[in-house]
Amino acid sequence: MLRDIYQTFVEFVRTFGALQLFFLQLLRFSPRVLFLRFRLVVLQVYATGAVSIVIIAVSGLFVGGVLGLQAYSNLSKFNAEDTAGIFVAFALVKELGPVITALLFAGRAGTSLASEIGLMRATDQLSAMEMMAVNPIRRVVVPKFLGGVISMPLLAAIFSMIGLFGAHLVAVELLGVDVGAFWQQMQDTLELKDVNEGIVKSVVFGVVASLIAVWEGYNCIPTAEGVGRATTRTVVVTAIAVLILDFMITAIVL
Amino acid sequence: MDASSDNLIEVHGLRFTRGSRLIFRDLNLVIRRGEVTAIMGPSGTGKTTLLRLITRQLIPDSGHILVDGVDIATLNQDKLYVLRRRFGMLFQNGALLTDLSVFENVAFPLREHTRLSNRLIRHVVLTKLHAVGLRGAAEMMPSELSGGMARRVALARAMVMDPDILIYDEPFAGLDPISMGVIVRLVRRMNDALGISSIIVSHDVQEIATVADCSYLISDGSVAASGSPDDLNKATSDVVRQFMHGMADGPVAFHYDAPDYEEQLLGRESD
Repeated sequence: MLRDIYQTFVEFVRTFGALQLFFLQLLRFSPRVLFLRFRLVVLQVYATGAVSIVIIAVSGLFVGGVLGLQAYSNLSKFNAEDTAGIFVAFALVKELGPVITALLFAGRAGTSLASEIGLMRATDQLSAMEMMAVNPIRRVVVPKFLGGVISMPLLAAIFSMIGLFGAHLVAVELLGVDVGAFWQQMQDTLELKDVNEGIVKSVVFGVVASLIAVWEGYNCIPTAEGVGRATTRTVVVTAIAVLILDFMITAIVL
Repeated sequence: MDASSDNLIEVHGLRFTRGSRLIFRDLNLVIRRGEVTAIMGPSGTGKTTLLRLITRQLIPDSGHILVDGVDIATLNQDKLYVLRRRFGMLFQNGALLTDLSVFENVAFPLREHTRLSNRLIRHVVLTKLHAVGLRGAAEMMPSELSGGMARRVALARAMVMDPDILIYDEPFAGLDPISMGVIVRLVRRMNDALGISSIIVSHDVQEIATVADCSYLISDGSVAASGSPDDLNKATSDVVRQFMHGMADGPVAFHYDAPDYEEQLLGRESD
């Protein structure tokens, strides 16, 4: 059993090292792709970002609604329902916006990134590019990675914005919290550094979620089962990584 | 011109294992400039693997592969890509990029490596598609093509950069007789008219006989026989005769290693 643990540990360290090298390779090609092949990146922002807007918007609306409900029902015990706006804004901008967006992003866009690249590997499309002297990492992987990195913070912002709107609908329109108090208290209390914390988180989660998705796809076993497994792993690994990183970033910032 | 400069690709003492399985033990072969060279052999002998080794998609355990006298193992990635621009490769399944149309697939290498105008790219692409009979399919997507059509598009793509060396991995599998005849003639004609060299992996003995200048028969990890198709047909070696004449019995086992048939069927283990 000790040997199994040792081998698993060695395998983990090896994979983690390879992942970092892969990440460095992506970073190396990123500036050139961003400036010289900007059209490819724009296409990927559309493919990963724009198509995720509906799921992000619907989830944001309901998460905001639930927060509005919870804020009202708990704060009204202390006659403090006017501060519901603060509660909702902090929860959305600092935590739930980036985290839930990253989880949804992994499920919607991450899986499609991983399976697209995995299928390209399984059907020899990546080898064909290699043979045409086109580096598949530069031509396929980096634009998809950058598309994800750019989309994620924008999606998180949309999520938070629509979440606030959802909270407004529930707390103000439905439960009768004063509209002025709801927005004014939020504006007075929420500072730029709180928003920055959310932005930092969403950028980090965007890099991590996109990296894991393209890594899993690029290194999958080139069979139908291998692509399926890579897709599943993308969601599982991203979810765990995002939650751990969320704790770490919060601990550093606070 | 000395004899060695006629050799475009030389493979010396190649050894390659995949997992615990030995694919090549000690493989030596030479591909001569301007010829159509066929690599034949029973299924599972590593013919496709050999192509991937020659193009350095795989690295051998030991041995040397020289292209124009240069050991490809010594090339860095930039130099390897320069070398690969001289290759055109037709993959077994076509390997078309599924998110691009037929036209864009063929145009892909031109768009990546040249700064030709759209008008010129269109001209070149349509010419190549016409050569494989699929000019009319230019706007179709790969998912709308049959297997044979996809292979023909891939052939157009492989020759769009006018390579020095064209590599075909099972080009005849799955083609109807008409397409096959056209492709066989196209392979020969391109080779002669454009002065390129061709490597064909196949086990279609009849087609190879009409198109190849030289054939290598690979069996059991090394070259079992080589020469012109006529030489192979006349060869007396058991392996060569079995392969060339498609006989079930011979040194190459049709059956994969298995326990005793009778014992397995009668189910001794369930007693």
